[in-house]
Parts: sequence; structure tokens; C-alpha cells
Amino acid sequence: MNTSMKAHGPRRAAPDNSGTHAKPRCAATSCACSSEVNFKTSLLPLVVVAGAALLAVVAVAQVPPVTLINSPAAAKAPDADGFIRGWFLLEPIPALGLTDNAVQSIVKKEYFPEQFTVIPKDGNKVTVGGTELTWHSVETKNYNVNLFHFARALGKETSNVLFWAVTIVNCPQEMRDVRLAIGSNAASVWWVNDEEVIGIYGDRQTVIDDGVSKRLTLNKGPNVIRGAIVNGGGATDFCVRFLGADDKPLKGFTAGPGEIRR
Amino acid sequence: MRKMKTRYSLVVNCWILTSALALASIALALDGQVGIHDPSTIVMCDGKFYTWGTGGNGLVSDDGWTWRRGTNLPRTGLAPDVIHIGDRYYVYVAANSGVTKAAINLISTKSLDPNSPDCKWEEGGVVASSDGVEDSNAIDPGVFLDPNDHRLWLVYGSYFGYIRLVELDPKTGKRLHPGDEPRNLAINCEASDLIFHDGWYYLLATHGSCCRGADSGYNIRMGRSRKVTGPYIDQTGVDMILGGGKLLVGSGSRMIGPGHFGLLDLGDGVQTFSMHFEADLDRGGASVLDIRPLLWKDGWPLAGENLKEGAYEIESARTGTALELAVEGMPVGGRAGRGGGGRGAFGGSGAGRGAFGASGGARGAGPGAGGGGRGMFAGTGTPIPPQDVAQVSANWPAGKIDVRMANYLSQAQQKWTISAAPNAGGYPGAPYFKITIAGTDRALAVGDDAELVALPAFTGGPEQLWRIEQLTDGTWRIMPKSVPNSKDALAISAIGSSFATLSKFDPASDKHRWVLRMQ
Repeated sequence: MNTSMKAHGPRRAAPDNSGTHAKPRCAATSCACSSEVNFKTSLLPLVVVAGAALLAVVAVAQVPPVTLINSPAAAKAPDADGFIRGWFLLEPIPALGLTDNAVQSIVKKEYFPEQFTVIPKDGNKVTVGGTELTWHSVETKNYNVNLFHFARALGKETSNVLFWAVTIVNCPQEMRDVRLAIGSNAASVWWVNDEEVIGIYGDRQTVIDDGVSKRLTLNKGPNVIRGAIVNGGGATDFCVRFLGADDKPLKGFTAGPGEIRR
Repeated sequence: MRKMKTRYSLVVNCWILTSALALASIALALDGQVGIHDPSTIVMCDGKFYTWGTGGNGLVSDDGWTWRRGTNLPRTGLAPDVIHIGDRYYVYVAANSGVTKAAINLISTKSLDPNSPDCKWEEGGVVASSDGVEDSNAIDPGVFLDPNDHRLWLVYGSYFGYIRLVELDPKTGKRLHPGDEPRNLAINCEASDLIFHDGWYYLLATHGSCCRGADSGYNIRMGRSRKVTGPYIDQTGVDMILGGGKLLVGSGSRMIGPGHFGLLDLGDGVQTFSMHFEADLDRGGASVLDIRPLLWKDGWPLAGENLKEGAYEIESARTGTALELAVEGMPVGGRAGRGGGGRGAFGGSGAGRGAFGASGGARGAGPGAGGGGRGMFAGTGTPIPPQDVAQVSANWPAGKIDVRMANYLSQAQQKWTISAAPNAGGYPGAPYFKITIAGTDRALAVGDDAELVALPAFTGGPEQLWRIEQLTDGTWRIMPKSVPNSKDALAISAIGSSFATLSKFDPASDKHRWVLRMQ
């Protein structure tokens, strides 16, 4: 288990995938960030307080999510390397802790009703700790889903937060002995059809096929993939694909945010 | 019940041993009756391993690890060699009738098992000889089937003159073109043999003196050539016919005088070689059989080492991450904060130190490390002992625990003791091992789902026994003796950075290659 700091160190502005820098974090429990949806761009004044002393007043841009697009609910084939690009993402929930036990505690806490079973729709809202959060249907342009871009575009906190991600995998027939293979920055826990299949912990970078599940079976028809990604500081993202029995990227299915059609 | 033989080659004393970490480095020698001199290349017949030495003495083994006396050859002589071609085993045996007057005879059979109806030895006549005058001594045959063109060759000779090469008929094992003059390949050596690898032929021969116990200077050397007929040149450019030869293996700390190389290719890229040592100091100086991994580096064979018992990090050559129990680890020395409070993030013990707290504003771990004025990177100022597995394991689940991989941080759940499993048999060169978390009995095993799991205790089941073999690049292949509900031979595979499974060994992939780092 990796409990070390990220390479860029704690509380230090970290380069993100787009070459910009992470904003200094605000206190997770008192974040006054906007909850606007649809990735609008604006400026948001952010006051950073350390102890009782006012250190700085900076303007934090809501930068367009260059790697993400608002996507209509649609199932698509995975990309050439098998990565699933379409997801429902819930706006971040404050959360602190990256050790095994801390992450397990964070992801097992119920923040909103039907948290572990809901198949959201784009624009659905939930209330967590008095704050209304919105589900977004997104598609990534890359192999990975950049949660830093996602949250920053919404003026949301990116550090010490929990993201929920959901997608539907539709299989034309039952697929046996496949494995869910994920990478995440930072820790994450994943469920396939409500069964927890992977957890990776500690402050870590996204590595393709970092966490790999034991052999599992995808049902014919819809299968629900649910992930909970917990970030410490700096960049945050994840990537997901399935591996076949031959350890190669699984194809022959569609996936994306959508309704379960029975 | 046989007592497994162990060799204590190095004992490292740990000044603070807070757990039962096994830091002794214990080399393992072949088990059973392994006394032999000038062994032939080891061959398999009906699942058994066979070799014969000078005098026709035979050894046989069911697994390549535990050996026993076998039946003698019907023709006795010096330093036989054997090869399996088609449905026959061809054995070449030499005998001197004068100082350098000698002949090499062929005998052959369909089976080496004396209980088989196919074990009917037939004489094939003389294939090479020396007349006592010419500059050669026709003993110590080494037979080689060229994998490129399936031509069969015999090298022979011993000190009195040249190592020579003649061609044999692969259909009969007999001499091809008896009238042709033998080719001279090397001098000042004996016990020669040929192998082929990646476009090169290698002539391996034994230099030094034999038959003097622990005073024997035997050592195995080699040269290589693009042609089977030579010239065989060593790494310094000296022809073996001028006495050249790159060392493959010499004497070790307790094993003196290796000689009589024989390739034992186990397939799937796993190669070993057999030899005898003139004197095994742990066996009273007896001449014994040994089997070692054969590695390759920069176009030359390299003698590997059989695994030594001890505590290891088991690191994937593919991902660089290490096998561990899937439990929350505790940093060695305790969990550090990230600054703030009264103690620096890297400030070690002591109250009131700032995050970068060396006095005068200097940052951390300069000359002051370990002394006063400690800063953020200065540590505690005193050695941090190894992690106490008894203490940290108190938080581990009592039952089965999943196994995963992570960056190695020298934590208790990442250190595995690899030790020979008593009375569990083995494979060529080594016994089956058990792999347990150091200082505990928690054993690495294969679960019913054909995935890795750590059991609360080692019970000796075949799913808890491990075959650990060094591959030709020096990494290791780790295979369970058996997998529940499966007949497949599987190896541990680093399918992800944080997860390992079991799958069919692929010599071309680095997923099955592991680096074992002794801790």
C-alpha cells in the first residue's frame, strides 16, 4: 500500500494534465464554490485562510474541461485500447483520508439515498450535507477521465474530495473470466453489479491496469459499474477497462451513461 | 525420513531483531544420494531423470531434486555422455588401455528404465579413439545435436593434447565418415561439451585438475564460435586451442572443483546445467552432483544460483511493485505527520520542532541530521529498528487475507520468508518452497478461485508449495505445485501494478518474471 505523498509534495501546486496548476485548496468542509453545471466558465474569488491569518485573495478560473464533453446518455464501444469513456459523474463530496481504512470508511458512508444502487440521469441532483450536488453525463476525449478538469470547470473543490462515477456496460452475451482493470488518482473502490471487486489505496497516480479484479462474469445485457474515487491534493483522474481471460483489453460490448433497458 | 541438507553460507546478525525474520542465507544442495564423478548430461525417460558417472555408476531421480542409486551401465568406463534422439538413447563410454590410448564406445537402448521391456542395451562399436601416440586422449565424450541442421557431433579429449570433434550419424549414433580426420578445437582441458544459443556455438570444457578432493582446481570454461567446427574464442579473444576460456563456474565457499558441464533445458526458456563438484565440504569432501540455473548475459552463459532460504521482497520485473498482504501498512518507525503541530513533517521524535525546523532557518537534513537542531528531513537521530511483525500483525484479519502488490516500503506485510518445505519433494536443482510472511506462519497459497491468497498457517498442501526457478535473465519464475480444480501449470503473473494472479507461463512476457531481493 502506498501512503506516501505524491511526487510533487503536499500543499504544493501540482501540474495537471493540461499544463495548468491546481488551485490552493479551500477547507473541504467550508468550500463556498459554485455548484453550476454544464461546465460554464467564470471567475470565482477564493479566499484562502491559514489559521486566523488572511494570507491571500486569488481569483480562480473555472477553466473549460478541455478533456471532457457533456455527453448525452449513450452507450458506445470502448476505445481502441478498451477504455470506457462515458460516465455519470457526481460533483465532489468533501472527504479526507487515503489509507485503506480511511478510504473504506469514506466510500461506505451513505451520503445520499440509494447511493450504492442509483442509476442517475444527467442533471439529477442529490443533497449531501446540505449542499446540492448534480450528476453529469460526460465523455472523455482521452483514455482517462480527468476529475480535476471536471471539478475545476464547475468551480468545485478538487482536493480532499470524493467523486462517484457510474456507467452501464451492455454485453451481447455473458462474458466469463473477465477482470475490471482500473487506475486512479488517488485511491478508489469499484463495484460491478453491486459487488465490490477492487480497492486501491494511498496517494497515487493513475496507472493503466493498476488495480485488477479477480475473475468475474459480466451478465448478458446491462451491468452497472460504480466507482468511488478519493483524492488527496492536486490532480485527480481515473481510467477503466476490462481485461479478457487472455489478459488483453476486452471488446465486444458497449458502455456509457444511460438507462438500464431490460 | 531423509533430512534435507542445508548449507549455511552466510549469517547476518541483526543488532535489533524485533521479529523472527530469517536473515540467514541458506543455500540448498541436491537431496539424497548424490555421490558421482564425471556425470553425464542428465536426460529424462518416462518421467525420471538419469545420469551416469565414471565407473558406470548411475543416479536416478523422480523429480530432479532427490536422487538415489540407479542401475549401472552395461559398459563401464570413464565419464559417459548420453543423448536422446528419436526413440533411442545413445550412450558414449570411454576407456583407456594406455596412458593416451583410448576408445569411445557406443551403446544404445529405447528405455533407460531397467524395469521396462524396452531397456535392451545394444553395442554400437567404437566411434572415436586415440592410439597412444597421437596428440589426443579419446575419453570424456560430449555429444551434441545441432538444432539448426540436426547434424550430430561428438567432442572428446583429456589434457594429453587436443579436444577433438567428429561427426556422428543421428540415425544410428555411430561415426559418420570414419575416415575423416577429427578437428582440433581446444587444448589443455577435458570434459568438453557443445551447446547452441542465439546464433553461437559454445564449447564448454573443464580446466584445472581433478580427483584431488578439496585440492582439485577443476573449473568450467568456454569459448564460442559461429560454426560448430570452431574456432572457439573466449571473451578476451583467445582461441581455446591456445588455452583460452571464459570462466562459467569455479569453486564456491563450500563446493570445490566444478567439472563436466551438461545442459538440462527444462523448456519455456528455463535452462539449467549439471556438473559435479570434486569436493562438497558439507558432505565430507565427497564428489557430488549439482544442478544450477543457466543464465545468459551479453551473449555468454552465466552460472546462476539456486535460491537461498531467507526473507525476501518479491518484486515484479514488470511493474516494480511487490507482493504483499492486502492489509493497511504501517510505515517503519511509525506514521509521520505532514507538518503543522509541534513536530515537523519529517522531524522525527521530539517536541516543538517546526516543519522545516532546523535552527537559524536552515532546511532540515544537512549536517545536523542525527544531531541537535533537527529539521524536517533529519529523522530521529537514532536507528529505526525493523518493523515488529508481531506488533503490526495484531491488526491483521485472523483468517485468509487477499494478496496484492504495492510499492515496497520495507513493511512487515511485504517481507516473505522463502524456505524449503520439508519432505515435499522438488524439481531439478531445488526443493519445493513454502512462502510465508516473515516472522509469521501466514502462507502464500492458491485459492479455489485460482487466485493468490494468504492462509493463516502453512499446512503443506500442494497449493502452498512453490517451484521457484531462475530464468535465463536472472529473474525468477514462481509456480505453485498445483492449482485447485486445475491441471494447468500456472505461474504468478503481475497482471496489474497492484494485483497478481496466476496464468500460463509466457517466456516472452515480463508478467511472470520476479526479482527476489533478500532483506
